[in-house]
Amino acid sequence: MAREMPYIAAIGEAIHLEMARDESVLYFGQNIATTDDDPFLAAFGHDRVRVTPISETAEIGMAVGAALAGYRPVVELYMAEFMLVAMDQVVNEAPRFRYMSGGKVKVPLVLKAGYGFTAGWAGQHTGSIYSMFMGVPGLKVVLPATAADAKGLMATAIRDDNPVCFFHHYLLTLEHGEVPEGEYLVPFGEAAVRRTGKDVTIVAIGWMVDRALAAAERLAADGVDAEVIDPRTLAPLDTATILESVAKTGRLVLVDQATRHGSASAVIAAEVADQGFDSLRAPIKQVTALDATIPYSEPMERFVLPDEDKIVAAVHQVLGSAPVAA
Amino acid sequence: MSERDPAPIVPSSAALEGPAALALLRTMWRIRVFEERVGVLKRADEVYGLIHLSIGGEGVAAAVCTQLRDDDVVYSGHRAHGHAIAKGAPPDRILAELMGRSDGLCHGLGGSMHLVDVEHGLMGATGVVGGNIPLALGSALATRLRGGDAVAVSFFGDGAVQAGHFNESINLATLWGLGVVLVCENNGFAEFTPRSAHTNVERVCDVVAPYGLERETVDGNDVAAVWEAFGRFLEVARRGGGPLLLECLTHRLRGHYEGDPTLYREAISATEWQQRDPILRLARQGAAAGWFSAEDVARAEREARKEIEAAVEFARASPYPAAELPGELVYAGGSRP
Repeated sequence: MAREMPYIAAIGEAIHLEMARDESVLYFGQNIATTDDDPFLAAFGHDRVRVTPISETAEIGMAVGAALAGYRPVVELYMAEFMLVAMDQVVNEAPRFRYMSGGKVKVPLVLKAGYGFTAGWAGQHTGSIYSMFMGVPGLKVVLPATAADAKGLMATAIRDDNPVCFFHHYLLTLEHGEVPEGEYLVPFGEAAVRRTGKDVTIVAIGWMVDRALAAAERLAADGVDAEVIDPRTLAPLDTATILESVAKTGRLVLVDQATRHGSASAVIAAEVADQGFDSLRAPIKQVTALDATIPYSEPMERFVLPDEDKIVAAVHQVLGSAPVAA
Repeated sequence: MSERDPAPIVPSSAALEGPAALALLRTMWRIRVFEERVGVLKRADEVYGLIHLSIGGEGVAAAVCTQLRDDDVVYSGHRAHGHAIAKGAPPDRILAELMGRSDGLCHGLGGSMHLVDVEHGLMGATGVVGGNIPLALGSALATRLRGGDAVAVSFFGDGAVQAGHFNESINLATLWGLGVVLVCENNGFAEFTPRSAHTNVERVCDVVAPYGLERETVDGNDVAAVWEAFGRFLEVARRGGGPLLLECLTHRLRGHYEGDPTLYREAISATEWQQRDPILRLARQGAAAGWFSAEDVARAEREARKEIEAAVEFARASPYPAAELPGELVYAGGSRP
């Protein structure tokens, strides 16, 4: 049975269910479980639910050590930017240990961090920095766009034997969606086709999925039939589903909240150019944030971000069709 | 040590004597001969990559690791060969790793700076100064949750003490009372610069004084002193105490890496080295105390040379790994992006 619940609650439900299912799952983080009636603390106790000081390096490094010893820590980092404080642990230690050991050890670990809080949170709490991690061998990178995926991808992340960066979008926090009850797993490396269409492929990432679907509805009114693909996981990336869609439509628009030169869309565009060039009937178009730090003031914030209008315009451009005049 | 020192540590029930002293001597000789041989192989281009040797620091590795069990875990850094050998990792497989061969401890994927031997409790070595310290906290936490008296040890140099890893880890380990023994090998040089260029605090034990953890500074080239101090700390950690910090003042005879012209410091004189060499010191001490005979000492060196020559032959005979191996090992479970 599915029922409606907010995206953030779906993530919490997955962590709770996995902790109940597997005693090796631990939950660390700053400011978690601050009251005795906290549901995690009440259910799992202080041994497994641990509030930490503001020490990302020690928190993540300790989690790596616990993972090497057979535990499955979930580290709550709140803001993706806070991971940057501990890049040595995130990039050098967690994902490389298994490999450098010749495959003798494993590091099952989830780094949970919110991103993209473009609601006046300014330059250091709004970044869409996931692409920094999708190119790190050994790390998996997941970005749920729906409440159901938030639950299913978190459960899969906890059960995965590798370090997983779980990026949830802050502007989706209270968005409700249908979420299956009980055990629910969404496999990594399987993109979701959110809307089928024949004229153009739109690959949208994270928060951009809903913007792309809204743009697709407007395009439908103009007689354009857009297919919208949500990759759901950037590492592993389901390149095959994207290539299949492009083979059908011949046109690709990529929508990513990240800065243009730091975007996942740039990587996807490169893969399609490399592997699917023969399918393309128009140049690939990227709709991304400008290469600028997110400004504080709302009109400027809107200016630098992708939005429905920019998506619609990009689709018309690859179709060679003028936008319908208002 | 400052006025804020905690209560004195419980005196050790065990002082170093015959069999343990001889075992230390043997371990130090195995490390010394291994490291010297690696230096020669490196100059002959038989060892492939970046190499950091621990000649001069064998005493710390031996005195700490020979007291540990296989289920006690050790994390090391870029200068890891001595820790690995003392912890029980086979020298032939370490050397094969340094030569990038299939029989290497890590099948040639890690090399000198990333030795892992889970079976002997060498959980890993990192090439980023200080990066291994929080990992040892995780092992200690795992022991706390799972039960048992296994202990986690992190080796690092005095250069790591100025890094965030160390400071965050000291705070968290003391806050949670984690059973980790932090062993600082203070050789007075952080890579290519003296400690005085890194900090105004001379002793690492003074850096952590406000946290009140048990700590001690010992002469790291006095193997008996390290053995006794670490033995006391180990007893505390076995009983669930910790963290503890053992600062060992030692000397790095060679440069930071093999090939380092060491223009930044004057070489120690041969006479001074005779006085400080941890192997010669223990040999003198042991002879005076009647712990072992001159023949025991000579045999320790002879056996070490024999073992290491066999390791060289083993490593040379080992094939290179299949070049495709990396693709299989990036992810546990094998799925690749």
